[in-house]
Amino acid sequence: MTATESRPQVRPAAADPPPRQPRVISFSHRLSRWDLKVSPYLYISPFFIMFAIVGLFPIAYTAVISFMDWDLVRNSGEFVGFDQYVWILTQPHFWTALRNTFSIFVLSSVPQLLLAIFIASVLDRNIRAKTFWRMSVLVPYVVAPVAVGLIFNAMFADKSGLINSWLQLVGISAIPWHVDPFWSHVAIATMVNYRWVGYNTLILLAAMQAVNRDFYEAATVDGAGPIRQFFSITMPSLKPTLIFVIITSTIGGLQIFDEPRVFDQFGRGGSAQQWLTITLYLYDIGWGQWDFGRAAAMAWILFIIILGIGLINLLVTRTLVRDEGMRSGLSKRQQKRAARAAKKQVKESQR
Amino acid sequence: MKTRALRRTALLAGVATTAIVLAGCAGGGGDTGDGGDADGAQTLTLATFNDMGYSDELLAEFTEETGIEVVHNKAATSNDARANFFQKLGKGGLADVEAVEVDWFTEMMKYSDLVVPVPDDLKGRWLDWKEAAATDANGNLVAYGTDMGPQSICYRADLFEAAGLPTDREEVAQLFPTWDAFFQVGADYVEKTGTPFIDSTNSVLQGLVNQLELAYEDPDGTIIAAENPDIRAAYDEVVDKAIPISAFPGQWSDDWYAAMAGGEFAAMLCPPWMHGIIAGEAPDVAGWDIANAFPEGGGNWGGSYLVVPADGKNTEAAQQLADWLTAPENQIKAFENAGTFPSQIEAQDSEAVTSYTNEYFNGAPTGQIGIDRANAITVSTYKGADYFKYHDALQNAITRVFDGLEDKETAWETWQTEISSF
Repeated sequence: MTATESRPQVRPAAADPPPRQPRVISFSHRLSRWDLKVSPYLYISPFFIMFAIVGLFPIAYTAVISFMDWDLVRNSGEFVGFDQYVWILTQPHFWTALRNTFSIFVLSSVPQLLLAIFIASVLDRNIRAKTFWRMSVLVPYVVAPVAVGLIFNAMFADKSGLINSWLQLVGISAIPWHVDPFWSHVAIATMVNYRWVGYNTLILLAAMQAVNRDFYEAATVDGAGPIRQFFSITMPSLKPTLIFVIITSTIGGLQIFDEPRVFDQFGRGGSAQQWLTITLYLYDIGWGQWDFGRAAAMAWILFIIILGIGLINLLVTRTLVRDEGMRSGLSKRQQKRAARAAKKQVKESQR
Repeated sequence: MKTRALRRTALLAGVATTAIVLAGCAGGGGDTGDGGDADGAQTLTLATFNDMGYSDELLAEFTEETGIEVVHNKAATSNDARANFFQKLGKGGLADVEAVEVDWFTEMMKYSDLVVPVPDDLKGRWLDWKEAAATDANGNLVAYGTDMGPQSICYRADLFEAAGLPTDREEVAQLFPTWDAFFQVGADYVEKTGTPFIDSTNSVLQGLVNQLELAYEDPDGTIIAAENPDIRAAYDEVVDKAIPISAFPGQWSDDWYAAMAGGEFAAMLCPPWMHGIIAGEAPDVAGWDIANAFPEGGGNWGGSYLVVPADGKNTEAAQQLADWLTAPENQIKAFENAGTFPSQIEAQDSEAVTSYTNEYFNGAPTGQIGIDRANAITVSTYKGADYFKYHDALQNAITRVFDGLEDKETAWETWQTEISSF
């Protein structure tokens, strides 16, 4: 505050032509000067206060607990160093969970994005009742994940399930959805896809609509078919949006919880951990076994994994986006080299 | 100037927002166990789950007798109640009287010093083993027993008839004196009909483990899961004899529910609280009946307790309520309301229980069957704080064998490795 007071009038009263000095520095005047300095920080402070309370504090607290043998009820713990981390990393269940998470992630993200691009490109065409179709793709996204789980569970039940009875109708033997790891991943990925295809479709559709229609016209004049147009015009224009969609589905994929949780009645990932995912395992250690020290260590390991994947994503994104932002058709290194050469030339010409 | 006034208002608004946010965070404690109202009338809170039979009418009787109002909070499932209970235990915020299910009762016993002990003069109200399970290392009885789950055998008379087995419940009861006899009947049934005899393999494991003195832990805290020969014997028996006659590895799946009405199996091990589930899932099936029998005598599965958290504001009044609710005459009313079978000695002698029959199960005398099965229980299994973990892992091992993912020995070894890291 003292810094503010020692300074001369901050606000140039530009509206009044002769700038006149205030006779008395009244309280209200002082208040208005503080107002100018302080209020922006006050306006943004609720977020930072909230973030410190519900964001930073739990993160730090988790880090502390992860080094302890924590008793939730008595709110006390014994310092055990890296024991909890070692315990997690030596658990076969952890590695199975890691495998399952990535397997479900690949099985859901890849078909999901392919399907979303396909549906978006169909919706991008001139069809009847456009808005109706566009809104309908978002309906599954609105359904609560637990409800999705209940519906799909009835369909994927091993014996009484709808899908298995269809398969048996056409002479294929029933699939053990809750026994075989691969098939359980397929079933869970189906639930994920059901929910997220529509969401991604709408984002991609928005990006497609932003593509300049002249390009298509010109391509049509040049004799390019719809497929050629799709791969030569639509896809390259979609690149930045695709990157966004890929990153969001990666984050969602690594945190997959609801669908495997409701896949059977116990929500513990199956008798042989067929569909145990990292977050499911974390939840079970914390809220099933009440072992918060281990759960906290697990949370930090998950954080490091996500950080690692995030870094890989960032690298990939930067390479891709660089191509996108290029105007001259030269890479950054080429541009720099060209700039250096130009400078040299200028210097030499001055000599 | 217009903007200046606006700014000042905005400043005030900003300060106010911050204050509200801070206040909101500070007020997180929240006390539900409120002592007394302004007019002096006392209020107690009671937290239960599912349907324990404590109807509004029953609680109104308590208010009439004592003048204490009771606010009843019902959690939808026992799991919800469990999460809530352990989050708040020892920190405040629990109801004055809390219900605890036996599945997680053993976890609570680790914190038995955080609840108020039951007064000495109430000792002897419950069956011995029900009291023994709620007595801590210092000899304090810490929980008021409510209901229990003395197991009998539910069977489909129509399916039994088709397989050439007796259908009368007295005769059927003679079929199952021992587990060997039980498995033999099952094997014959499977051979004759080609369909499974019993609903699930893990219910048999439950039945066997509930007849052991020690399961996975010693009372002194040593883990004996891996070495206990009784556990190995139970595992062998279940894998060799129960898997071939079972429809499912475990209970509560969509398939399991669907099969109850579909007649895919002919018998179930059933505690009294299972009766309602069967009747609810298969309302149109007329064949269900109950035999007054259980292999090797008796076994208990399930049931609950009431506890009084020590940090409550009215522990004395709360003790009074817990005492009243678990008094034999009131537990009988709860039994009539929701079928929760009383664990009080006196309640089991009463006319209301002995003469109780269940229409759905062909008029079976479920009250008397419950009493006989409860009397047949001779052993109370010691279940330590980690019982659930070990038992769950063993169930998984059996499920893996059932599903053909691992053979018998591999599944056992996987279980051994798994529990060695607990």
